[in-house]
Amino acid sequence: MDSLAPVLDGFAVVAEPQNLLYCLVGVVVGMLIGVLPGLGPAATIAVLLPLTIGLEPVTAIIMLAGIFYGAQYGGTITSVLLRLPGEASSVVTVFDGYAMARQGRAGTALGIAAVGSFVGGTISIVALSFLAPVVASVALDFGPPEYTALAMLGILLVATVSGGGKVKALVAACVGLLLATVGRDGFTGAERFTFDSLSLADGLDFVPIAMGLFGLGEILHTLEQRHRGVQAPPKLKKVWPGREDLRASRGAIGRGSVVGFVLGLLPGGGAVLASMAAYALEKRRSKTPERFGKGAVEGVAGPETANNAAATSSFIPLLTLGIPANATMAVIFGALLIQGVTPGPRLVAEDPELFWGVVNSMYLGNVLLLVMSIPMVGIFVRVLRVRGTLLAPITVMVTLIGVYTVRNSVFDIGLVVAFGVLGYLMKKAGFEPGPLVLAFVLGSLLESNLRRSLLLFDGDPTGFFTRPISGVLLVAFLVVVLLPVLTAARRRLRPSDDRSGRPDVKEHV
Amino acid sequence: MGAPSHDRTPEGVPDAAPGPVPDPVELASPAAPLPVEEEGPPTAGPLAHLVAALVVVALGVATVVASWGLGAGSAQEPDAGTWPLVLGVLVTVLGVLLVVGARRTHDAEAFTRHSTGVLLGVGTMVAFALLVGRIGFEIPGVLLCLVWMRVLGREGWRTSVVASLAVVAAFYAIFVGALSVPVPHLF
Repeated sequence: MDSLAPVLDGFAVVAEPQNLLYCLVGVVVGMLIGVLPGLGPAATIAVLLPLTIGLEPVTAIIMLAGIFYGAQYGGTITSVLLRLPGEASSVVTVFDGYAMARQGRAGTALGIAAVGSFVGGTISIVALSFLAPVVASVALDFGPPEYTALAMLGILLVATVSGGGKVKALVAACVGLLLATVGRDGFTGAERFTFDSLSLADGLDFVPIAMGLFGLGEILHTLEQRHRGVQAPPKLKKVWPGREDLRASRGAIGRGSVVGFVLGLLPGGGAVLASMAAYALEKRRSKTPERFGKGAVEGVAGPETANNAAATSSFIPLLTLGIPANATMAVIFGALLIQGVTPGPRLVAEDPELFWGVVNSMYLGNVLLLVMSIPMVGIFVRVLRVRGTLLAPITVMVTLIGVYTVRNSVFDIGLVVAFGVLGYLMKKAGFEPGPLVLAFVLGSLLESNLRRSLLLFDGDPTGFFTRPISGVLLVAFLVVVLLPVLTAARRRLRPSDDRSGRPDVKEHV
Repeated sequence: MGAPSHDRTPEGVPDAAPGPVPDPVELASPAAPLPVEEEGPPTAGPLAHLVAALVVVALGVATVVASWGLGAGSAQEPDAGTWPLVLGVLVTVLGVLLVVGARRTHDAEAFTRHSTGVLLGVGTMVAFALLVGRIGFEIPGVLLCLVWMRVLGREGWRTSVVASLAVVAAFYAIFVGALSVPVPHLF
């Protein structure tokens, strides 16, 4: 029973009025902003980071988690109604969700997505509650070599599974690591890349980087596309799936929960990969795969369940190892650091109220998501009718004033604009900002642990391979680096092997 | 925000768009391209890729030079410049790979006449950043909203003026009035 005590205390934390309120605020704000095409969960959380500064750490993270899964569902609404995914993990929902909307079944698609999100999220939270403390206890034995290897593998996997070219993603990750070196060196005290600026002596702050790259970068890029216009969302009839639809989706929801949970755990995985894998799985299993893309309800249920399950399970590596699995988790990692909370294996033991408060708030958040999504669909449709030309300057103002409020620094306003421009240029040139932000938050952890490890091994890098965990992680790192090179070389030697040119799902999932 | 994004989302997957439904096996690959809208922005040519690649190489070389100045150290005794030096070398190598592959790359967008709007948008933000510390956020805020709504958004004058004033008044009420945030303000 003693082991249950912190879990129950966590429910007491969630039940505090301000935490209940902020959980609700987070879910609703997340859904509303997620509805607006252009800003995904990472950008939404980044833009709203300043709102959390004055809050208690647990309250702040509960709200951000609410924004996260709220935005996840919000993205679905535009996928179904407008064929425009609000964020990346809703991309595959477009294919059957929009087809259903054209058949007058938009309400059913949104209802199934809400039910699937609830089930997937809830199953994932239960698994998280049992698994996270185990992972954390194992990770307590981690030393500098293990953290070095884990951070390297995490950054590499995020870079290699992100969109765009792999080399470009690796460049973005290296630039993120470089940006993390700006400021005073923690070992020698030497100033690095500060250009004699006092404002840079303490290093770059995470908030303007994330808000600029994700928020302003996205807005500037969208500004360029605006001339293409917006279509009006269709009218909604019934916003609740019938018994037949629920029965048809049952299996897809169950499988989506498992696929999502597992893929969410992997560095570089998360909601995007999970939704794609779940869609592929459903079409493969179906006896009538030709229905997919034409309004198959399983094509909505599977991915929508999986992306919510993955969104929840991706909290495990963050909270227990201190390693964010994707760009959105990197932003939440930054938010935790701003609150003075260092995520990692000690968090469960040293701050159980925060850990279990955040985990248990997800049960409530998922219920709120289900309850709010149905009656609020009408409001979401109305939000979609608000012109982007009016919303964009408001978001710019929120960003510029918001970033100032974090440290009362005009310098940070300049910084967020600079990173906004960088984010825009990166998108134009095909570089993803996700690996940069993730590498930036892991940069100091990686460098300090690498230097400690080298001192420990007296400069001998083979020392990493003498320890089982770091050795296995580094072998995995080498496999990820070398496998594509070897595969390409083999294909070049034997072109007949490449029959279809299509990647096999098993290679990636 | 607001207007639909037909591009890549923050997590790196291109938005879906009208067109034939892709094969799910292709979809399951994170690297597989998702359908791109026919009316999407034009793809940049090899020269643009080459320029981007050369910028990466230049960044790498500059980092190597600056890191050397900080002290390259060694594996036994890492110095302040050791880690940036490693990163600088990596960036340079990756930049060279980009230069080599510049002709075969097609994942960048060309700048179009609509890109000038972005320049103006950035200009308003820079002006805001320069003015806010001197005269508060109210006047720069109204001007920023006006430019974004009237010039960039092509809203009518009346809508632009009323909405700009309303937005700044709302920000004043929230940040200065309700939250007492010490944001620089004129009134």
